[in-house]
Amino acid sequence: MISRILIILGMVGLFMIFLPIITNFHESQNLRELAVNYVEGSVNELNTPNIVTSVVVTYRGLDTLGEVTVLFLATVGVGLLLKRRNGKQVRRPVSELLQTTSSFLFALIIMLGVYIFTHGHLTPGGGFQGGVVIASGFLLMMLSNVNVKINRTVLHVVESFSGTIYVLTGVVGLVLTIGFLNPKFLPLGDFGHLFSACAIPVIYSFIGLKVGSELTNILDTMGGE
Amino acid sequence: MIGAAFGAIYFKSLLAAIISAGVISLLASVIYLVLGSPDVAMTEASIGSGLTTVIFLYALNSVRREK
Repeated sequence: MISRILIILGMVGLFMIFLPIITNFHESQNLRELAVNYVEGSVNELNTPNIVTSVVVTYRGLDTLGEVTVLFLATVGVGLLLKRRNGKQVRRPVSELLQTTSSFLFALIIMLGVYIFTHGHLTPGGGFQGGVVIASGFLLMMLSNVNVKINRTVLHVVESFSGTIYVLTGVVGLVLTIGFLNPKFLPLGDFGHLFSACAIPVIYSFIGLKVGSELTNILDTMGGE
Repeated sequence: MIGAAFGAIYFKSLLAAIISAGVISLLASVIYLVLGSPDVAMTEASIGSGLTTVIFLYALNSVRREK
């Protein structure tokens, strides 16, 4: 009883703390100076129609590198903590219809994922979203096919290769232009084309590959446990 | 969405609770889309309602096997 009263009191207190934020909130009519800088820079200097991508990959590139590192550490942690079970699992055989349909859908899902991360600078989405879509395609294969085996060596190679390339691209930006992860060492290209916006598509594609292989690895480890 | 949130807390069946937690993410992604941020909506729909639900289901499965 007393704990319930304490919980209600705590919720009321939290509401009172946040009340001034709600009452004083008013939507700002024009962008702040930094935001104006980002919006103009992403169109004029980087040629990216999708401003979110230019902020994530270029202006806040170090943050993105940190996020990728966190994801990598999570994968390593899952791999360390969950050991693979040696005994063979007895699973029900899957119907022919499901197997055929899922292997047909698998190609489409992978294609959608690759589309999302290669067109990250043109349309909504990017490396992280595309990577997750690819991992969900692998998940479909794992769930629907009994005898599908994921080659872990290929996963590890793709993951470490794309991670290394990502950091190397940053270093190349540091050497050729003014800063780490600055993509301006490749030509600008035409506005709205696939091969444009400096090195942003390259960087985002490798992020997509890295995220996709890491998440597939996590799902594979957890499914095999 | 709020109904799904209460369901995630109060459902007796763990499976139903996991599914309604996924429904919350799906509805949140619709809200993001309506508010005009398709990037965040994609992330929320794929990670929040897709991968997280699956990982919870894997965990539920392995806890049941231990029993």
